[in-house]
Amino acid sequence: METGTARVKRGMAEMQKGGVIMDVMNAEQAKIAEAAGATAVMALERVPSDIRAAGGVARMADPTIVEEVMKVVSIPVMAKARIGHYVEAKVLESLGVDYIDESEVLTPADEVFHIDKNEFTIPFVCGAKDLGEALRRIGEGAAMLRTKGEPGTGNIVEAVRHMRLINSQIRKIQNSSKDELYAEAKNLGVSYDLLLQIHESGKLPVVNFAAGGIATPSDAALMMHLGADGVFVGSGIFKSDSPEKFARAIVEATTHYQDYALIAQVSKNLGTPMKGIEISKLAPSERMQDRGW
Amino acid sequence: MNIGVLALQGAVAEHMRSLEEAGVKAVAVKRPEQLDELQGLVIPGGESTTIGKLMRKYGFIDAIRAFSAQGKPIFGTCAGLIVLANHIESQQGPEEPHLGLMDMTVLRNAFGRQRESFETDLNVHGIDEPVRAVFIRAPLIKAVGADVDVLCEVNGEIVTARQGHLLACSFHPELTDDANLHRYFAEMVKQHLNVAG
Repeated sequence: METGTARVKRGMAEMQKGGVIMDVMNAEQAKIAEAAGATAVMALERVPSDIRAAGGVARMADPTIVEEVMKVVSIPVMAKARIGHYVEAKVLESLGVDYIDESEVLTPADEVFHIDKNEFTIPFVCGAKDLGEALRRIGEGAAMLRTKGEPGTGNIVEAVRHMRLINSQIRKIQNSSKDELYAEAKNLGVSYDLLLQIHESGKLPVVNFAAGGIATPSDAALMMHLGADGVFVGSGIFKSDSPEKFARAIVEATTHYQDYALIAQVSKNLGTPMKGIEISKLAPSERMQDRGW
Repeated sequence: MNIGVLALQGAVAEHMRSLEEAGVKAVAVKRPEQLDELQGLVIPGGESTTIGKLMRKYGFIDAIRAFSAQGKPIFGTCAGLIVLANHIESQQGPEEPHLGLMDMTVLRNAFGRQRESFETDLNVHGIDEPVRAVFIRAPLIKAVGADVDVLCEVNGEIVTARQGHLLACSFHPELTDDANLHRYFAEMVKQHLNVAG
């Protein structure tokens, strides 16, 4: 019996496809998320919009919160470690979380290196805003990707930009001749072998979810329409007026992302979504998507 | 011969690829009405709580029970196995069954959390070569009724079973290139068609 193989780690993400992974801050929210049909929960001390508001250094959650959430739900539990913070990731692995998000939502611990994720038994998900980042993370051992978007803004525009860019870069690599791939590998800062895989298969070797700014059922469906395998919803649910209704509606809109009458139906009388932030109003230092290298 | 893959959530594309590898036409099923055009159905791996909720929401419970009552074969993998069982247990206690078609008691996340997920080679009764089996937060079958045949075990625990036209396994044959289990299922569908004329 082999544990922690690439197939077991990537396979876990395959089982999340078409699903919604929700940020939760306590056991009660975790139960609401599970009851609404979430395929997994992300246990956090604060959702991204609160991290923005609080300022200061954002770190791994208190293990008590993670354990509390693991105890009450039967679906997978994920948790975030800071970029490059090997020890936070090892601590989360020791708690038995099912997936670690090496996340730009937290304050990076290392300005050069990400965690070597290959040596962990637990799979990792990482954010990417272009194909270069995506393949560097896969090279380090990420078993799942997500767009970075701009977390905690309730503004979908950055997630759309990242998903479109990654997909158009994949199409370009697919149509490049083999001799062009060497220069492309250099330009993107990725290994030639990984790029060759993209050239031959025309797709990423791991699941790619949308994240960062999803606030409504239509936002979730838009990301699925653009080719996301599923969605992460952070502040969008528990910062809305009625989390239970929003959670259920986003789950249904993700499953039936091409059924517009159904999306209309589930979007009725939801109350106010989270208050959003216009991206141009963010100072450069407040842009979480620029963290990670 | 068309075999559907329930496409509410989970590893739908992988099952469709494996079915096509086994030489049958695969259809993604999002609506119960689509079942009328199908001769067999795969319920994929994913999150059983999510799939179960969406099945209830869109009227799949009665529709799939009616599909099964016609003797049409159904194959459930991992979450699909849970959805087929008539008794479900988890660390959090007993759970409401979903389709309740197969007479067996299933324990969810029986091997532990993702850390304990694994892959291994297994001998499945009725398949000549060993099957590469990928277990992800997998359930196991703790007990089966008299009409259920055990096809495969790991350390004395049941991981594949068949009850007439219903087939279920704890692992994910759709995550490997080996389509032998899908061929086995396609054969079940063919036999049903021959009997049904």
